[in-house]
Amino acid sequence: MDKLITVSPSPHVYGDDTVKKLMYGVVYALLPALLISVYFFGIGALIVTTISIVSCVAFEYLIQKYLMKSEPSISDGSALVTGLLLAFNLPTNLPWWIIVIGALVAIGVGKMTFGGLGNNPFNPALVGRVFLFISFPVQMTSWPEPIVSRLQYTDAVTGATPLAVVKEGLSAGVPMSRLLEQIPGYMELFIGYLPGCTGEISALALLAGGLYMLTRKIITWHIPASIFLSVFIFTGILWLINPYDNADPLFHLLSGGLVLGAVYMATDYVTSPMTPKGMWIFGIGIGVITVAIRIYGAYPEGVSFAILIMNAFVPLINKYVKPKRFGEEVKNG
Amino acid sequence: MIQTFPRGGIHPPEDKFSAGSPIKVLPLPKTVNIPLSQHIGAPSEPLVKKGDKVKTGQWIAKCKSFVSANVHSSVTGTVTKVDKLMDSSGYKRMAISISTEEDQWEEGIDTSDTLNRNIVATADEIIQKTLDAGIVGLGGATFPSHIKLSVPKGKTADVLIINGAECEPCLTSDHRLMLEKGEELMVGIQLIMKKLNVKKALIGIEKNKPDAINHLSSLAKGFGGTEVRPLKVKYPQGGEKQLIKALINREVPSGGLPVDVGTVVHNVGTAYAIYEAVQKNKPLIERVVTVTGKDLQTPSNFMVRIGTPVSELIEAAGGLPEDTGKIINGGPMMGKALINTDIPVTKGTSGILLIPSAEAKRKPVVNCIRCTKCISVCPMGLEPYLLQQASEYKKWDIVEEERALDCMECGSCSYICPSGRPLLDYIRLGKSTVSKIIRSRKQ
Ligand code: SF4
Ligand code: SF4
Repeated sequence: MDKLITVSPSPHVYGDDTVKKLMYGVVYALLPALLISVYFFGIGALIVTTISIVSCVAFEYLIQKYLMKSEPSISDGSALVTGLLLAFNLPTNLPWWIIVIGALVAIGVGKMTFGGLGNNPFNPALVGRVFLFISFPVQMTSWPEPIVSRLQYTDAVTGATPLAVVKEGLSAGVPMSRLLEQIPGYMELFIGYLPGCTGEISALALLAGGLYMLTRKIITWHIPASIFLSVFIFTGILWLINPYDNADPLFHLLSGGLVLGAVYMATDYVTSPMTPKGMWIFGIGIGVITVAIRIYGAYPEGVSFAILIMNAFVPLINKYVKPKRFGEEVKNG
Repeated sequence: MIQTFPRGGIHPPEDKFSAGSPIKVLPLPKTVNIPLSQHIGAPSEPLVKKGDKVKTGQWIAKCKSFVSANVHSSVTGTVTKVDKLMDSSGYKRMAISISTEEDQWEEGIDTSDTLNRNIVATADEIIQKTLDAGIVGLGGATFPSHIKLSVPKGKTADVLIINGAECEPCLTSDHRLMLEKGEELMVGIQLIMKKLNVKKALIGIEKNKPDAINHLSSLAKGFGGTEVRPLKVKYPQGGEKQLIKALINREVPSGGLPVDVGTVVHNVGTAYAIYEAVQKNKPLIERVVTVTGKDLQTPSNFMVRIGTPVSELIEAAGGLPEDTGKIINGGPMMGKALINTDIPVTKGTSGILLIPSAEAKRKPVVNCIRCTKCISVCPMGLEPYLLQQASEYKKWDIVEEERALDCMECGSCSYICPSGRPLLDYIRLGKSTVSKIIRSRKQ
């Protein structure tokens, strides 16, 4: 033998998943929702998405290269996903400089201060979003009407989201039956014909992408299912008790950022639990907190806060919720 | 009904290139190097010295303690050396080298091909012959078989499990054996059943070997108590604990043995070797070895004398391909990379796999992204990402608490990790360190 052979421990073959493939899988899954958004919101959706992605990727590159002095890893696609998800959580008439600030906070504070991909406790896109929400409440809560101003950007005609209409109406004592006339029907909610953030409007497109991620094994069903189920049950109980002052569970499932949050934000690998049981606890927590904020809290929508709060519990969940070990419980038959 | 184990597992490309090649007898090599540590346990003690003439099948090294095994000469010739030699472990260990002459078998060994179905041996004779013949687990574990033929006091076994899963990709030696030596195998199973005094034997075979399933199923009709059970193609289906779970839905407790749940598992190759030992009086001096690889000219299955250098097998299968990057003793998931091709075939060698250089390198390692894939594929219900971190940072208490010792080293976690993390490498380190700590605690 005169040539060099490799001697390394087993295994000697590897699956073909890489971080990059998984991240791009998420990107592909988000494309249908982006298309629908461009259809309803026009150029605003394109501008916001482009600025968000470009600034997220640029900040990641600059911070890694000049601050951390390490090899930039932007090609792994994770900054791209953060950029896309941040954009999806912003209104399409948001001025460009606010988006850039959001991207800086998302990547700089949300991701890089903790050491980059894999080490961040909070979902970076949501860190960016919530920062903007607190700093620029006015700009962050005016949403363009769908269809009518597809050629306008910051000067688009705005309207209130169905959740905001319901929240304000109910607190002013208007019965639910009257409010239903002021908001889009279920079909429109499902397809995405309503005012809202760039990528959150179409449950249909988001669920289609979710299905794609499930079949490619990019995510598992536990987190989305537990969130949907807990929201459905919680709002269902309230609605059964008092249908006059409460929206029905289907409305809660289809409106706001619930589908986007449950399928794409809460399933973020780094910031969600490691075991199926842990995922259930995490998902139920998100569902319950979301509904609590929507119904009893100060804001009409609470998905982002709920996810961030539960992100904070993940280390605890991981420490105490363990997978079922083989041979642990000796039950023979 | 297709059975399988419920938790974890992966499905790597099967790549069973040599499944269609009948077993060919490999010509005798010029010299053989027969290691004295071909099994788990104490090395055997040589009974011959330089210059001695030996016959094929002659006893040349004896089992030194309870957990050990006898060794026999696989050829006729002259002992040229009893010295340390590199073996598949990567270490230099004692081996007996013999230069080959024309084959002349030791007296009393039946070398004919005729089937001997007639079982006359008593239970005691069965275990004695197994011990005498130097039989060890041929699936790769190489645990001395006579130990697994006795049920410890206070325990009972009610079913024998025969492992024909061959879940490792690429390997086909068990597959060919089941097809070509089916009847002998069946008699071997009867012998083990007789010794263990069990009335039932289940033969588990993965569904990607339908011919073997059919063949053994039809043979099983002629042998009482045996039944063939098709298994889903899923790695590590052939892991002892996984196979037991799949076939009889019992979970071997952590740190326990199959007999704790009333069963004993033997590999098909072992059952065949026991047939030969008891019915033919033939010691374990040869075995079926698959030689395979994507670029190999003729992937084959050979009947090989123990101690034959790996290079002879590769030559007989068309020669070492130009860009071979890795030579593996065993399958791609659990096999060991060899340092060179002079290393001899031993009792535990089920295959020789050649991997092209492009595939011999690992993926670049990046941060763990906590994708949970390693957890979901771990058949033992462990958290590989956590064990890896804890080992890397030398937190041995966590490594122990998180049950690293339960790891069966199947490699599924390393296989699946999208970040290319060397999970099993660190878990192995953790396991050995924790074992040391536990041992020192006992003292
Ligand atoms: S598979 Fe790899 S990246 Fe995923 S959690 Fe396990 S170690 Fe981390
Ligand atoms: S090598 Fe060990 S930790 Fe990894 S999957 Fe197999 S049993 Fe689990």
